[in-house]
Amino acid sequence: IAQENTYTQTQRTENQTGLTGKMNQEEQVQVLGLWGSPFSKRVEMVLQLKGIPYEYIEEDVYGNKSPMLLKYNPIHKKVPVLVHNGRSIAESLVIVEYIEDTWKTGPTILPQDPYERAMARFWAKYVDEKVMVAMGKAFWGPESEREKERKEAYEGLISLEKEIGDKRFFGGETIGIVDIAADFIGYWLGIVQEVSGVTIMTAEEFPNLKRWSEDFVGNNIIKEVLPPKQKLAALFKTPFRSAATSG
Amino acid sequence: MTNEVILLDFWPSMFGMRTRIALREKGVEFEYREEDLRNKSPLLLQMNPIHKKIPVLIHNGKPVNESIIQVQYIDEVWSHKSPILPSDPYQRAQARFWADFIDKKMYDAQRKVWATKGEEQETGKKDFIEILKTLESELGDKPYFAGDDFGYVDIALIGFSTWFPAYEKFGNFSVEQECPKLTAWVKKCLQRESVAKSLPEPEKVTEFVSMLRTKFVAE
Repeated sequence: IAQENTYTQTQRTENQTGLTGKMNQEEQVQVLGLWGSPFSKRVEMVLQLKGIPYEYIEEDVYGNKSPMLLKYNPIHKKVPVLVHNGRSIAESLVIVEYIEDTWKTGPTILPQDPYERAMARFWAKYVDEKVMVAMGKAFWGPESEREKERKEAYEGLISLEKEIGDKRFFGGETIGIVDIAADFIGYWLGIVQEVSGVTIMTAEEFPNLKRWSEDFVGNNIIKEVLPPKQKLAALFKTPFRSAATSG
Repeated sequence: MTNEVILLDFWPSMFGMRTRIALREKGVEFEYREEDLRNKSPLLLQMNPIHKKIPVLIHNGKPVNESIIQVQYIDEVWSHKSPILPSDPYQRAQARFWADFIDKKMYDAQRKVWATKGEEQETGKKDFIEILKTLESELGDKPYFAGDDFGYVDIALIGFSTWFPAYEKFGNFSVEQECPKLTAWVKKCLQRESVAKSLPEPEKVTEFVSMLRTKFVAE
């Protein structure tokens, strides 16, 4: 998803769960991110759902990529990057699985049963590779391809509408990896549709996804992580350069 | 409990090869069914309605789709032997990162090498060689991507090696010259029974690719 980063200063903030104080040197967690990026927010959502303290570092991915970013993600040079005790992990869904594997307290993001896990991974991948890619191109890609990409995105949403059905979340009763992967659909999409005047997902055609997005955004922890609507709307009004946030 | 495992596959698919290898690593008996992609079976369409693609792993009647997800599933279900993913979370994340890299980059890049010509092919070839070199750099001097043990990233990549002679033929370059360490790694992997049994003869793949190429490129 292409975005203009208007924040050029590196900001260091305390983690947003309210846990302040010095972090245990043995357990140093940093997130290199971009405030408006759904990929970046995926990582923060999972950390906060699990109550893991971290230091957030805003990256100027469009202006000057920091030495830290280039060091910790030399292959893709994108955010988000998680740095844990000095070692880095890149790609938001890889990071999410790493967090799940590493911190055994707090709610789980993946089911325990191997078949259910495979299904969750399948749908998370589907969101990432089919739906997100098509949406990015539908809104921000070459003009000549936007109609085609809208159809792709629309088809993707139909599958997701069917998949969520009556479930509260894709993960069942609680938020899981598919919900996290679909954060753009749950929050960003509405804002982008409003700003651009282009609608792919209507409440009438997608009542399940509409209901899901309200539950997702209404979650106490998720709502604190999401970027402010006005800021995002302002961002989407400006033209985009190429994506510097990773999948 | 019976363990009925069926794999719907297509013999030259570098993705299908991953699942074949994983099953064999674990010593799982499975029924291999060849799909005609121009005439997909009702079972395939029923078991993978979203993508309608192979490979499809059907375990006791339930489908698992996407090769990289199948490999993880196999590792988790048959966890008693031959671990595929490392046990350390950081190493696992690295393995997932590189498998993701391969999935995101290799397929599109390699396709340009055999399915296009002229400038598009030249650019594709350059991109492809760069990707191979990045992977070779990650391999370094280790026997396998994760170190001493054959695993996830090796499984994700090795199937592409059966297509190397086709890339070399149509792209006019030598993988061995560009990436000697990767070439040595291929040979090492082929010594493994699970790999040797799961990979087709590269010559047959090249024949297949030649036939495919005629559909895409007017020579």
